[in-house]
Amino acid sequence: MGIYLLTDFGSTYTKMTAVDVEKGAIVAFSKSFTTIETDVTEGYYNALAGIRQQLGDFTPKASLACSSAAGGLKIVSSGLVPDLTAKASRLAAASAGGKVVKTYSYELTEFEQEEIVKIKPDILLLSGGIDGGNKKVLLQNASVIAETEGDFFVIVAGNRSASGEAQKILEAGGKKIILCENVMPAFGKLNIEPAKSAIRDLFIENIVSAKGLDKAMAMMDMEIIPTPLAVYEACELLSKGSGSEKGLGELMAYDLGGATCDVYSMADGLPKSGAFISGIQEPFAKRTVEGDIGMRYSLHALYDLIREEGGMAEFDPEEVADWLNICKAAPDVLPQGEHAKFAPIDASLAGWAMRLSAARHVGYVERIFTPSGEVFSQEGKDLTRVEYIIGSGGAIINAPDPKTILQEAIYSPRDLNALKPQKSKILLDKENALAGMGLLARSHPEVALRIMKSSFTEI
Amino acid sequence: MEGHDKITIVIGVIGADVHAVGNKILNYTFTKAGLNVVNLGVMVSQTEFVEAAVEADAQAILVSSLYGHGEIDVKGLREKCDEAGLADILLYVGGNIVVGKQDFNEVEKRFLAMGFNRAYPPGSDPALSIKHLNEDLGK
Repeated sequence: MGIYLLTDFGSTYTKMTAVDVEKGAIVAFSKSFTTIETDVTEGYYNALAGIRQQLGDFTPKASLACSSAAGGLKIVSSGLVPDLTAKASRLAAASAGGKVVKTYSYELTEFEQEEIVKIKPDILLLSGGIDGGNKKVLLQNASVIAETEGDFFVIVAGNRSASGEAQKILEAGGKKIILCENVMPAFGKLNIEPAKSAIRDLFIENIVSAKGLDKAMAMMDMEIIPTPLAVYEACELLSKGSGSEKGLGELMAYDLGGATCDVYSMADGLPKSGAFISGIQEPFAKRTVEGDIGMRYSLHALYDLIREEGGMAEFDPEEVADWLNICKAAPDVLPQGEHAKFAPIDASLAGWAMRLSAARHVGYVERIFTPSGEVFSQEGKDLTRVEYIIGSGGAIINAPDPKTILQEAIYSPRDLNALKPQKSKILLDKENALAGMGLLARSHPEVALRIMKSSFTEI
Repeated sequence: MEGHDKITIVIGVIGADVHAVGNKILNYTFTKAGLNVVNLGVMVSQTEFVEAAVEADAQAILVSSLYGHGEIDVKGLREKCDEAGLADILLYVGGNIVVGKQDFNEVEKRFLAMGFNRAYPPGSDPALSIKHLNEDLGK
C-alpha cells in the first residue's frame, strides 16, 4: 500500500483524506476539530486516528497539507483605478489563494487606514500605475501604509518607475517588504503570476509559522499551501489534463463554505459571438472569493444582499431571522432534526449565494446600436460554453438537494446579459476531494485527475 | 526608465465607432515618432479614456471619430478629466467629427468650447499633431 495522507486544516475542521496511489482511489476519510489555538497537531492526530480505525495500522508514504485555519490568508489589495490596477491586484491576490478582504483604489483615506488596522491582514498587496505611468498614488499609499499599525508584509507590485522609492518609504516605516513585478505593466495587460508566487512564498516561509502551523509543517513532506490554492490547482488540472489522462475542458467550480464563496473558472472567456472586449482581458484560470457570501459566519451579510435584490420574499422574515440567529450561535448546525423546518430557507440562501457570487465572477455583454447596425461589447469572461460546473464545500455537498442550489450557477432569463454557462453538466464533489486532489497533484497529477473524474458524480 | 522624457499619450476611437484603420495608422505613426502610446483601439468610452490616462499618467488624450457622432460622444470629456484630477491634460480630437460637410472653422470653435485644445479636420497629417504636442507641452 502506498497511502498518501492529504490534510486540510480548515477554520473549524481538520479534514483528512487517505489515498492509495497504487490503486488510484480514496480509501478513507476522517475529520476532527481544528486545534490551532492550542496545538494544531492534536487535531491532526485525532483525524489520523479516525483513518486508522478504517484502515488499521499503517505507515503513510507521505503526508501533505493545506490550510485555511486561523482566518486563512488574509490579504488587502490596492491599486489606482478600480477597473484597472485595483482589479489586477485583486485577481492576483485571489489566484494565490488569499481571502481578499478589501480592495482599495486611488489614494488611501484615513478611514481606510483604520480599516486596515482592524482587518489585520497577513499581506498588503500594493499596486498602482502602469510601468512609466502614474507614480503619485503608489508613493502616497506607501507613505500611508508605512504609518499604518500592524504586523503585515507589503508586496509592492506597481509602477516599476516608482517601486524603489515606495520600498524606501515603507522600509523607513519599519514594514517588511517584497518588491515584485507590476500586476499591470502596460495598459490592459495583466501580469499576476509574479505577485501570485510572491504571496505563495510568503505564506510558506513566514505566515504558516505565524499562524501556529509550524509544528504541522515539520511533519509534512511538502510545504503547507493555502487551501484555495490547492483547490485552484485541482481545478486547473481537472480542466487541462495531465500526460495521457485527458482533462474535462472548460469548467467552473463553486466552493461554498461557512465564511466565503469561492468561484473558479478555467476557460479562455473570449467572446463566443463576435463581441468586442472592453476593459482588461481576464486570465484563463480565474478565482474570485466573496467574503460577504457564506452560509454561516457571513450569513447575515448574505441575507442583506439578497434583500437588496428583493429576493426570498416568499419566506416569513421572522422565520428567516430565527434561522440566521441559530446559525450565528452554532455555526456547525444543519437544517435537520429539530431544525428541519428551516431546510427550505437554508436551501434558498445557498442558491442565492451561488447566484450572487456567479454574478461577480462572470462577464457581461452589452448591446450597442450604431449607425452600422448593432454591435456587442463584452466585459469580463464569456463563460456561456463552459461544459462542467463542479459543486464543492460543506454547504453544497451536505444539502438535501444540491442540484437545485447548483442550478443557480446556470443561466436563466432573469440573469439578463450575464455570460453564465448555458448548458453545463453539474458535477458534485460529494467526497469533498478538491483540495486534497490539488495537494496530491503536486506529486501524482494523473492519479489525482483519475480520482476526481471518477469520484465527481453528475447530478 | 521608460517614458521619463517621452510624451505619453492615450489614443482611441470614441463611442460606438468601429473604424480601426485610422487608429492603427495613428498608433504606428505616433510610436515611430518616439511617443509612449497607450492605444485603446475602437469603441472606447469616455471613462476608458480617462482611466487609461490616469494609470499611464498621460499628458494628452487624442480622440478619433469617423462616423459623424463625435460631437455627441465627446461631450463632457473635459469635465470627466477635471473630475479625475487630470486638470492639465491636453485633449485633441480629429476625423469626421461632425455630421455632413460643415465649415471647419465653425466646427473647431465648437470643439474648443467643449474644452478641447486642438481639433483636426478629415485628412490631417499626424505629423501636425506631433508638432502641436511638442508646442503645447513646451518641448
